[in-house]
Amino acid sequence: MTEFTLTMTNGVNASDPENWRLKSYERREGYAALKKIISDRISPEEIIEEVKKSALRGRGGAGFPTGLKWSFMPKQYEGEKYLVCNSDEGEPGTFKDRDIMRYNPHILIEGMLIAAYAMGVKTGYNYIHGEIWDTYLRMEEAIDEARAAGYLGDRILGSDFSFQLYNHHGYGAYICGEETALLESIEGKKGQPRFKPPFPANYGLYGKPTTINNTETFASVPWIIRNGGEKYLDLGKPNNGGTKLFSVSGHVNKPGNYEIPMGTPFSVLLEMAGGMRGGKKLKGCIPGGSSMPVLPGDVMMETDMDYDSIAKAGSMLGSGAVIIMDETTCMVKALDRLSYFYFEESCGQCTPCREGTGWLYRIVNRIENGKGCMEDLDLLDNIADNIQGRTICALGDAAAMPVRAMVEHFRDEFIYHIEHKKCMV
Amino acid sequence: MLSSESIKRIDREIAKYPGDQKRSAVMSTLAIAQEEKGWLATETMDFVAEYLDMPPIAVYEVATFYNMYDLEPLGKYKLTVCTNLPCALSGGNNAADHLKQKLGIGFNQTTPDGMFTLKEGECMGSCGDAPVLLVNNRRMCSFMSNDEIDQLLQELNK
Repeated sequence: MTEFTLTMTNGVNASDPENWRLKSYERREGYAALKKIISDRISPEEIIEEVKKSALRGRGGAGFPTGLKWSFMPKQYEGEKYLVCNSDEGEPGTFKDRDIMRYNPHILIEGMLIAAYAMGVKTGYNYIHGEIWDTYLRMEEAIDEARAAGYLGDRILGSDFSFQLYNHHGYGAYICGEETALLESIEGKKGQPRFKPPFPANYGLYGKPTTINNTETFASVPWIIRNGGEKYLDLGKPNNGGTKLFSVSGHVNKPGNYEIPMGTPFSVLLEMAGGMRGGKKLKGCIPGGSSMPVLPGDVMMETDMDYDSIAKAGSMLGSGAVIIMDETTCMVKALDRLSYFYFEESCGQCTPCREGTGWLYRIVNRIENGKGCMEDLDLLDNIADNIQGRTICALGDAAAMPVRAMVEHFRDEFIYHIEHKKCMV
Repeated sequence: MLSSESIKRIDREIAKYPGDQKRSAVMSTLAIAQEEKGWLATETMDFVAEYLDMPPIAVYEVATFYNMYDLEPLGKYKLTVCTNLPCALSGGNNAADHLKQKLGIGFNQTTPDGMFTLKEGECMGSCGDAPVLLVNNRRMCSFMSNDEIDQLLQELNK
C-alpha cells in the first residue's frame, strides 16, 4: 500500500499506553512549531499567512478556510478574546476527534497555542462531547502535563505570550456542535444557536471576540508551521490542502480512522478499511457524516476524497465520516433511524425544524412500517423544502438533505415499501 | 447537600471560568451532583442554583435540555445503547435486543430489582467501536457482542 505523509498521526501508537504523553509527543517533533515561533519571533501575521497558504479548511464539517477565519479576529482590541475548540463530536459516523484527544492530545494543545498566539488570545476552552468521559480525563491530564512543562500558562517558554486552556465537558446535545450553540452551552445555558450576524469573531463567548475551530483543524496546524503552508497544500490538491482523517464505519472489515491526503480515491480508503464486510457489494455511502446526502455505491467508487470532488459527485465531505452500506441495507430503515435522530435532537427554537423534523420522521416511519402512500414521497420533498434554508442554524438543512438524497437515489425502494408493505432487501 | 468531595470537584470547575461567569460551571456541577445522588431531584437542582448564584429556573432549563441528565430516579446502573445508523449497521440493534431480552425490560424501563435502567442513546462519537454502550454516563464499553454484554451484566450484578 502507498505510504502517505502523515501530518497528525505520525508516530502515534494507540496500543502503547505512554505514547500520548508529553515526552513521547516531544520525541516526534511535538511543540517544535511553538518553540520555533517563540525563538524566531515569528509574527502573528506571518502565521495566519502560512495557514492561508496551506488551504487548510475547517475539519468539523463546514470546510471554511481556517486562515481566513483567523484573520476575522479584531487585532487592536482592548480586553479579553477567546479561542474555543469544538470537540463536541456527535455527528453520526464521526469519531476522529476522540482519537486525536485520547491518542495524541498534545497536538491539539499545540495547535490551539499557535492559534492563540496568532490571534492574540489569552484564554481557550475545549468543549468535549459528553459521552466520552475517559477522553475528557485524558485531556485534563494532558493539559496538566503541558502546564507543568511551561507550554501553557503565563509567559510561555519565557516569552511574553500567555495562554490558559480549560476543558469543558458537554452532557448530551448534538446541537452543541453548532458553534454558537456551543458558546451558549459554555455560558451555562441551553444550547440553542444564536442568530448571525453578529458572528463570533465580533460577538462570541461572553460577548467577546471568539474563534471556534474543530479539534482536527487545530491538530493540523503544528505540521503546517514546521513544514510551511505550501508543503501542506502540496500534500493534497489545490483548494483542498493537506491530509484528513476519515472515520470509516458500517459494513467494512476494519472500521476506524484513516489519515489520507486530500484527493485520495475512495477505493483506496475502502481498501485501507479492509474492504466490504463479507465481500458484499457497496450499495450506498454517506461520505461526510449523517447530515450529508447519500451517494450510490457506483458513484462513490469513482469519487476522490476531497471537498471539491465529493461536492461534484453530489454530496459533501462534511466531517469526513464515511458510512458504508452494503446491498443488504434497507435504505428506508436507514433513513427512518436518521430522521428520528434529527427529530430527537432539534433544539426546538425554529418552527420549521422543530415541527418539520417530526413530520419527516413520522412519514418515513410509516413508509418503513408499510403504512405509507405514494403522495408521501412528494410530501417528504415538500417538507424538506420548507425546512431547508429557513432556520437559524444548519440542523434543519442536516435533517432535510439526507431525506431528499435517499428518496432521490433509492426511490424504487421507497415505492416498493409503499406498494408491497415490506422491504425489498 | 452535596459531599465535600463533590464540592471540591465543583470548585475546580468554577475556577475554569471568569469570576463573574460562575454559571458556566452549571453543566459540570449538575453532572457531579448526579454522579453523587444518582439523579437530579428538584432540591439538588435548587442547591446547584444557590451555589452558582443562578435562578433555579435557569438550572432546570439546562437539566432538561441535555439528555444525559436524569430527572427521575433510575436503576443503579443506567445502560445507554447507541442504535444510531452507523452503530445499527454493526450490530447496535442486536445489542439492544439482547439487553432487552436478558434484562426483561424495554427502553426507559428499570428492572424490578432496581439494578438496571435501559436507555436508547444517540451518537456517542465512537461508531468505529460499534456496538457501544455507556454505563452511568461515564464508562464506555466497546465492541459489545452478546458475550461481552453477558460478561458486563455479570460483573455489574456482583
